[in-house]
Amino acid sequence: MIALAIIIGVAAGVLSGLFGVGGGVLLVPTLALVLGLDHVEAEATSLLAIIPVAAVGAWRQRSYGNLDVRSGLAIGAFAAVAAVAGVVLVNALPVELVRYAFAVLMLYVAWRMATSAIRQLRAGPDPTPPDGQ
Amino acid sequence: MTSPRISQLAILGIATGIFSGLFGVGGGIVLVPLLVLWIGFDERRAAATSLLAIVIAASAGAVAQMIYGNIDVVSALTLGVPAVGGVLIGTWLQQRIPVAVAQLLFSGLLVFAAVLVAFE
Repeated sequence: MIALAIIIGVAAGVLSGLFGVGGGVLLVPTLALVLGLDHVEAEATSLLAIIPVAAVGAWRQRSYGNLDVRSGLAIGAFAAVAAVAGVVLVNALPVELVRYAFAVLMLYVAWRMATSAIRQLRAGPDPTPPDGQ
Repeated sequence: MTSPRISQLAILGIATGIFSGLFGVGGGIVLVPLLVLWIGFDERRAAATSLLAIVIAASAGAVAQMIYGNIDVVSALTLGVPAVGGVLIGTWLQQRIPVAVAQLLFSGLLVFAAVLVAFE
């Protein structure tokens, strides 16, 4: 079980580095199903696990020349405050309904991201050199 | 490269925070597409900036959860330490694939997250 958790941990880190996400999509189910935490504990614990991962990822991206420090800090500070509002809302709203609306919105955004990527691919080779040099 | 205005940063942060608090999805899945489609960041710059924002937001969330006693530190280390190794691989890899390909793969991740949110 520990070996499986370690393998999934590495996979979550790769996902995090490739896409700039926290990797909670993999961490929360692993904490619940593999390590036996309940749902609230799993979400809470994934927050702690994500901190060093995102910090190391941001530090690597900074040396590659991709990090906008001012934007990252400001967005993070606003998000930390707004997350409290999200948690309050989740207890006040008919979330089942909102959940489906959000899923549909994400599918639409996926389509927009994909079509914009395909446009860039058709436009020719990547103009950004590797390592930000 | 210009940085977004403070009003834009506020909207980005508030949208990211509310959605992640509401649906338990990480902030990155909301923030990265907003940075790409609205601000015009490329996928690398969006991912980099999102990771720093996650450090701040996750730290605040983790402190709150620690006060409630919901955090299992040993489990966090069991996943977090290997994941630090993984993130070194992931960021290295991201510099070596075209930004448009990374963006295309990200839309696949969005579809996966949409399914998770809908059927959780």
